[in-house]
Amino acid sequence: MTTEENRIATRDSYGATLVELGKQYEELVVMDADLAGATKTGIFRDVFPDRHIDCGIAECNMMGIAAGLAASGKIPFASTFAMFAAGRAFEQIRNSVGYPHLNVKIGATHAGISVGEDGATHQCNEDIALMRTIPGMTVINPSDDTEARAAVKAAFLYNGPVYLRFGRLPVPVFNDPDTYEFKIGKGVVLREGKDVTLIATGLEVYETLLAAEKLKENGISAKVINIHTIKPLDKILIAEAAGETGKVVTVEEHSVIGGLGDAVCSALSELCPTPVLKIGVEDTFGESGPALELLKKYGLDSDSIYNKVKVFLEL
Amino acid sequence: MNERYLREMAKEVRKDILRAVHSAKSGHPGGSLSAADLFTYLYFAEMNIDPKNPADMERDRFVLSKGHTAPGLYAVLAEKGYFPKEDLLTLRHAGSYLQGHPDMKHTPGIDMSTGSLGQGISAAVGMALAAKLSQKAYRVYTLVGDGELQEGQVWEAAMFAAHRKLDNLVVIVDNNNLQIDGTVEEVNSPYSIDEKFRAFGFHVITIDGHDFTQISDAFCEARKTQNVPAVIIARTVKGKGVSFMENQVGWHGKAPDGSQLEQALVEIQDSGYGKGGTSE
Repeated sequence: MTTEENRIATRDSYGATLVELGKQYEELVVMDADLAGATKTGIFRDVFPDRHIDCGIAECNMMGIAAGLAASGKIPFASTFAMFAAGRAFEQIRNSVGYPHLNVKIGATHAGISVGEDGATHQCNEDIALMRTIPGMTVINPSDDTEARAAVKAAFLYNGPVYLRFGRLPVPVFNDPDTYEFKIGKGVVLREGKDVTLIATGLEVYETLLAAEKLKENGISAKVINIHTIKPLDKILIAEAAGETGKVVTVEEHSVIGGLGDAVCSALSELCPTPVLKIGVEDTFGESGPALELLKKYGLDSDSIYNKVKVFLEL
Repeated sequence: MNERYLREMAKEVRKDILRAVHSAKSGHPGGSLSAADLFTYLYFAEMNIDPKNPADMERDRFVLSKGHTAPGLYAVLAEKGYFPKEDLLTLRHAGSYLQGHPDMKHTPGIDMSTGSLGQGISAAVGMALAAKLSQKAYRVYTLVGDGELQEGQVWEAAMFAAHRKLDNLVVIVDNNNLQIDGTVEEVNSPYSIDEKFRAFGFHVITIDGHDFTQISDAFCEARKTQNVPAVIIARTVKGKGVSFMENQVGWHGKAPDGSQLEQALVEIQDSGYGKGGTSE
């Protein structure tokens, strides 16, 4: 299924794809808030120094400048950690970008608990919830390098605000770059199954695939769907899968409040009422520690997913 | 500059503001009136704009960072011909494109949606930066309130504008000295405004914001300023032109009733220059 050795953090995919797009499109500009090394926009800065705008440690102002650039024909990618984009600058994104529906792309790196050692102040588990409440905002959470690269390109070509969520932790590349097709708002069925549908997003997609494999070994047939676009949500695909399997589990590296799980529950309550187990960060803050240890501790690794799904199906 | 013409136009703008706010039964007359002469000068003497081509990429831009004084901006846009004057009476009505705060998606001539204080100036900085990146000659103007200076984002934007040498940017401070909860120095003093902007690297110009000669000189000076952004600190009177509104904090966000409107319109018509008034 994959090469365990080939691990790439989606923030690297982000930086690399910006360079690729920058060569082709003069109107693309990249913004950062003193984190160019970490967000990987530094890769773009090295190639296009004149089109890399470091705003310093002032994320709210950066979002406003991005709005002004977009209103003047530029296509800015405003980059910082998810915490300081969706969190600190929420209202600037809402009022200066979302309300006028300006063509601003927000590249939010270091999302979720897998930030690791920096701890709770930097682990944003609320960004999907915040961003999906903004009317007209597209919210994309890619699962690996292949998908992240495709998502950045799709976001660039789409006219309107997009929130892109990237991680710090290198994760396995399991989508085949030669055949993978990305479409905003279209979920991807990765595995067929009849007993339960596992719907995952971001780095949890790979963990969920591993869990599904283990479930199979124990006689449970799980369908797996990758939802890279949380808004607009592929409601039809989700409702059909829920109808086929009768039970649904959502898996995300994000709070169980307001993220993928709630988006899926909202869609299913309307289209196909189904019991749903939401796996994610419970109603708690994170802590410092190595990313992989934290994912295990907070119940987001494949073993934890496997165990939780088994208990859920026994109910 | 044709001062007589501007004075007459500013009267019309003030009357438009009051009729619109009266029709809406809500809105912000005080700060619209304090900035009325500035709005008038910008749209009738300063900016390179064409109402027939409001999306022209080469046009000068204006961002009303103190977005609650939209009635003042709508008045000059209507007088300039961006949309019919009679539509001003739909201000704040359900279904109207004249929202309580400026909405660039639906109102011709509005360059940026604003209303949440501190945000417009950042967008204006972004527009000025875009001009520099594209080697375009257009200029960008933004009007901020003196109370708005309490927002930290204003200073984030100011620091960046000077750092990037945005000499195509003019920040105008409507220094009417009043905010909702009292005078600005009572609430949380932004003074000394000129020293703060100077420390942030701006070329600072201080004027009487109701004197067209001073306004004109200030914008000329800003135009000549190179390598640094300019700020025009305009000392103004909140509610200017209506005796019972002048310097009254209570008229920040309140609409006049019918008789108050009548009196206000008469006072404005009879004031200063114009028919029967003093000559230049």
